[in-house]
Amino acid sequence: MIRYVIRRSIGGLLVLVVTSFVTFFIFQVGPKIANVSPALFYVGKIPPTEAGQKLIEHRFGFDLPLWKQYFNWAGGIIFGRDLGDDTGAVVHCDKPCLGYSFRQQLPVSSMIWRALPIELSLAIGAAILWLIGGLTIGSISALKRGSLFDRAAMTMALAAVSLPIFFTGPILLLVFKYKLAWLPNTNYAPLTKDPAQWLKSMILPWMALAFIFAALYARLTRANMLETMSEDYVRTARAKGLGRGTVVIKHGLRAALTPIVTIFGLDLGQLVGSAVITESVFNLQGLGLISIRAINSQDLPVILGVTIVASFAVVLANILVDIGYAFIDPRVSYS
Amino acid sequence: MTAQPLVRLDKPEVGDAFLSVRDLRVHFPTADGLVKGVDGLSFDVRRGEILGIVGESGSGKSVTSQAILGLHKGSQARITGEIWLDGTELVGATEEQMRSLRGDKMSMIFQDPLSAMHPFYRVGAQISEAYLVHNKVSKAVAKKRSIEMLDRVGIPNPDKRFNDYPHQFSGGMRQRAMIAMSLVCDPKLLIADEPTTALDVTVQAQILDLMKDLQKEFNSAIILITHDLGVVAETCDHVVVMYGGQCVETGSVNDLFYEPEMPYSWGLLTSMPRMDRTRQDRLQPIPGQPPSLIQVPKGCVFNPRCRFTDHVPGRRCFTERPELLPTSGGSPGHALRCHIEPDERRRLWATDIQPTL
Repeated sequence: MIRYVIRRSIGGLLVLVVTSFVTFFIFQVGPKIANVSPALFYVGKIPPTEAGQKLIEHRFGFDLPLWKQYFNWAGGIIFGRDLGDDTGAVVHCDKPCLGYSFRQQLPVSSMIWRALPIELSLAIGAAILWLIGGLTIGSISALKRGSLFDRAAMTMALAAVSLPIFFTGPILLLVFKYKLAWLPNTNYAPLTKDPAQWLKSMILPWMALAFIFAALYARLTRANMLETMSEDYVRTARAKGLGRGTVVIKHGLRAALTPIVTIFGLDLGQLVGSAVITESVFNLQGLGLISIRAINSQDLPVILGVTIVASFAVVLANILVDIGYAFIDPRVSYS
Repeated sequence: MTAQPLVRLDKPEVGDAFLSVRDLRVHFPTADGLVKGVDGLSFDVRRGEILGIVGESGSGKSVTSQAILGLHKGSQARITGEIWLDGTELVGATEEQMRSLRGDKMSMIFQDPLSAMHPFYRVGAQISEAYLVHNKVSKAVAKKRSIEMLDRVGIPNPDKRFNDYPHQFSGGMRQRAMIAMSLVCDPKLLIADEPTTALDVTVQAQILDLMKDLQKEFNSAIILITHDLGVVAETCDHVVVMYGGQCVETGSVNDLFYEPEMPYSWGLLTSMPRMDRTRQDRLQPIPGQPPSLIQVPKGCVFNPRCRFTDHVPGRRCFTERPELLPTSGGSPGHALRCHIEPDERRRLWATDIQPTL
């Protein structure tokens, strides 16, 4: 088991290296083709003098060969780095240094660090909601197949999957923030500082995000439950004289859960850095919003940094799902 | 005709039989029509007796057993008739009443022991679970009882194997564990639905011996559902031959193997391989397919495949369904559905069928 974890971790690390490599070079290729110096992306609208441009290029290392630039960048993640132009103003970037945004005048890591709690609050909170909602509705639908509940729930699910967040989000805001005015102040506050305000700021985005996913999970759970409830071992459970609840939850749902857990892990991993629309609708300064701003202002180090963090989340989720499988399904063993 | 129909619709006297099934009908409405899984089945099982139910796939064997256990409750199935278990009527019983009987007073061994056990729970836990539902005892007591049962059905190192998962058991061991699970509450009625079909022959014999031993020990009634006539000959006291959801012939094992009178039973016997026959003899299959349970043939259900319809005057085989009647002059309890005259049936058996076996 430990050997498996180590092997998977090394594999995951390799994926991250390749991702960073590819992302890094994509951002170098653009300016190369346009035949402009990347330094121009950093100085704003006023074109610098020839000498000034050289200075900036030297400061960020754009005058170095590409491979060296990559190693400087990658080295910064492990050791931290100093960005200086030999004239005095040295900017220190602590490890893990993912680069320095000169648009924002901030190290990328500290930007991400600030966005991460918001991002995780959003993703994990929504995930808990959609998991509970999806599993409950899906199970009841499966057990009462063809009933009014089932048909209503599945129609709702279809609608929910079809409705984009930029539609449901503003409606939630309109109803709960403005019309009913139950949540007049939805500004984000960290959970550790003001839990009540944190909850107020998160509840609507959770609902918007969970609505879509709960619909998907309800359909998935329904399909899986229909399958497991017709399995022989469920008949055995009934033949033993177990109560209906035990048969459904302990024997039926337990088996139906396995594939759902897999997809859940992957969905959660993928959500980190990709909940852009939810974040813009509810004005949450999460990773998605940061990356959208960075793309608009061509802030390359930020895009690179968010990409790395998001791919780290996906890789980690994958590994955790695979390891978790050994605990969920006793037939799986990694020895 | 002086013979009385075997089918009685009045309540059987208590003590007469442990399980009495009377005119049981299990119909499933489907998009294609009404599937008559079981259509008017009656039989009795006494304590300490093994009843074999034989027939092809789709003849209604498993549907019958699941109806007795009440496993159709909550589904679309329409069940009519009566099932009396030790003085309690089961067809009209509520799900909750059935639940308390299931696994306790009557239990079932299923066909495929791999798919019949939950893959995510330990074998021991699954057996304990069955004991805990019906007995108010601690988990430790249930565990002790389960280990005892595993030991009883011949699983080596039962206290270690208690913690294994089903996939760590071999096929034969899984079936033993299934038997342990169904016997853990000392059921008075055990229904074994093709318990040896998924097993190889040497293990089959062990499992059957085990079931016979346990039956003697607990004096329980057993219904053995199988399509293996060898198993029937070896273990059963009485036999019900099912075809198209009906009982077409019933009697003691000796009646069925040495004096069968129904052409379908003859067909089963001639299609059975025998060790004492020379290898050159070909097995004689029954031509044709089992009947559709949606459009059951008019008249005798077996008529499309029967080679002897011309021994009946007129077209009675095709127009009139034969009643399940005791055979005149035969042993008591031997009854069958056939329009051929009893003397003619016995002559055909003696001259046409028996010599080819």
